[in-house]
Amino acid sequence: MTDQEQARRFEAIAGPHLDAAYNLARWLTREPHDAEDVVQEAYLRAFRFFGGFRGGDGRAWLLTIVRNTFYTWLEQRRHHQSEVEYNDENIGLHTQENCGDPALHGTDPEKLLLRAADQQLVESALLRLGPESREILVLRELEELSYKEIAEIVGVPLGTVMSRLSRARLQLRHQIEAMDRGL
Amino acid sequence: MNCEEAQGLLPAYGDGELDLPHALALERHLDGCPACAAALREQRALSQAVRSTPYHRAPDTLRARLRAQLPPETAAPAVVAAPAPAAKTYRRRDWSRWAMPIAAGIALAVGLNVMLSTQRAGETLRNELVAGHVRSLQAEHLSDVASSDQHTVKPWFSGKLDYSPPVRDLTAQEFPLLGGRLDYIAQRQVAVLIYRHRKHTINLYIWPGKNGDTAPESHGSEGYSLVHWRRDGMEFWAVSDLNGEELRQFAQLQIAAVTDKAANVPNT
Repeated sequence: MTDQEQARRFEAIAGPHLDAAYNLARWLTREPHDAEDVVQEAYLRAFRFFGGFRGGDGRAWLLTIVRNTFYTWLEQRRHHQSEVEYNDENIGLHTQENCGDPALHGTDPEKLLLRAADQQLVESALLRLGPESREILVLRELEELSYKEIAEIVGVPLGTVMSRLSRARLQLRHQIEAMDRGL
Repeated sequence: MNCEEAQGLLPAYGDGELDLPHALALERHLDGCPACAAALREQRALSQAVRSTPYHRAPDTLRARLRAQLPPETAAPAVVAAPAPAAKTYRRRDWSRWAMPIAAGIALAVGLNVMLSTQRAGETLRNELVAGHVRSLQAEHLSDVASSDQHTVKPWFSGKLDYSPPVRDLTAQEFPLLGGRLDYIAQRQVAVLIYRHRKHTINLYIWPGKNGDTAPESHGSEGYSLVHWRRDGMEFWAVSDLNGEELRQFAQLQIAAVTDKAANVPNT
């Protein structure tokens, strides 16, 4: 295959997923400029490894590379500056709620619904979560990927996808509540 | 099912990833447990909340920059620094380059579609349908939406398919709707509705096909009954271990339900 053909094939497969790649990078890096850097690096890597792409889901393949590129980028940055700590560990996580008595539930779903309608609040809350939680929520809710596709991209078993999603939603809920209380 | 088990299944259920038997068991639990039902509502509220946040589309400048990095012919120089008007023309050229493969993809999809509707499909297609039916009975499917409510099942397909299959509950006629599923038939993702009659499961496969309605036609394959018909540009294949006569009756009810619905309540 000539370089030209290779490039054309690459464009046909990678081109349509640029928005998905950028969206994921944007949510992970949290900055437009950084997101562009990560996507650009990811596409370069993707093109370099394109010979190894055996067909199949181009989006999952690309998002995997975007994700890996992000973590490399994050690692490099941590060497340069002390990262703002993500809130993964900071939010007190309650264990599985007791069931049977609605009063034992942390929140009233209707009240939560009201707060969740505040798009800006939700966005800030989401950005305060750790990358692991952000990525799984973005892949599930914004890319609408199946557990199986997410498992492939993140490189974990299906069961882990499910437990991470639950944890991420719980963290998001606590973060929304915390911000609602003005924290 | 106790609450602990139910809580463990809620995420997959809310995400439409739970297999049918578990989903039905969970629904029974939810009916009698306000706390778990509330937990499900909360999960859905959070899901919805995340979906309301912005989807960041790639800036055109980034698109142009990436194009410029590729080695071949049009590695257009100085795109990054290009002034606005130049960037604009470049963008258009850029898009036309994506357009070809996309158009080819569409043509291919249409081609597959036509192939599905022709005789060639015949034997192979029926075997695939039966295989899909048997797989579904083994209940190893993820990505099920389990609901007897046609207004839940129908929207579940939107966003997953580029067409909208007609979904009718036939509980009153003793063919209750159990849910929906995506399956792969002839290298294409198709909608499957699951019905039950007495203790028999019916898989109803639906995909866009040729125009021109046809009457239900029976086929048999490996001890299973198949009935095929075409309605409003959609191909329908019902597969079941019911006897052929009952499956034809199911087909007639489907056709009647769609026709009634269209006559009485448009836009549903």
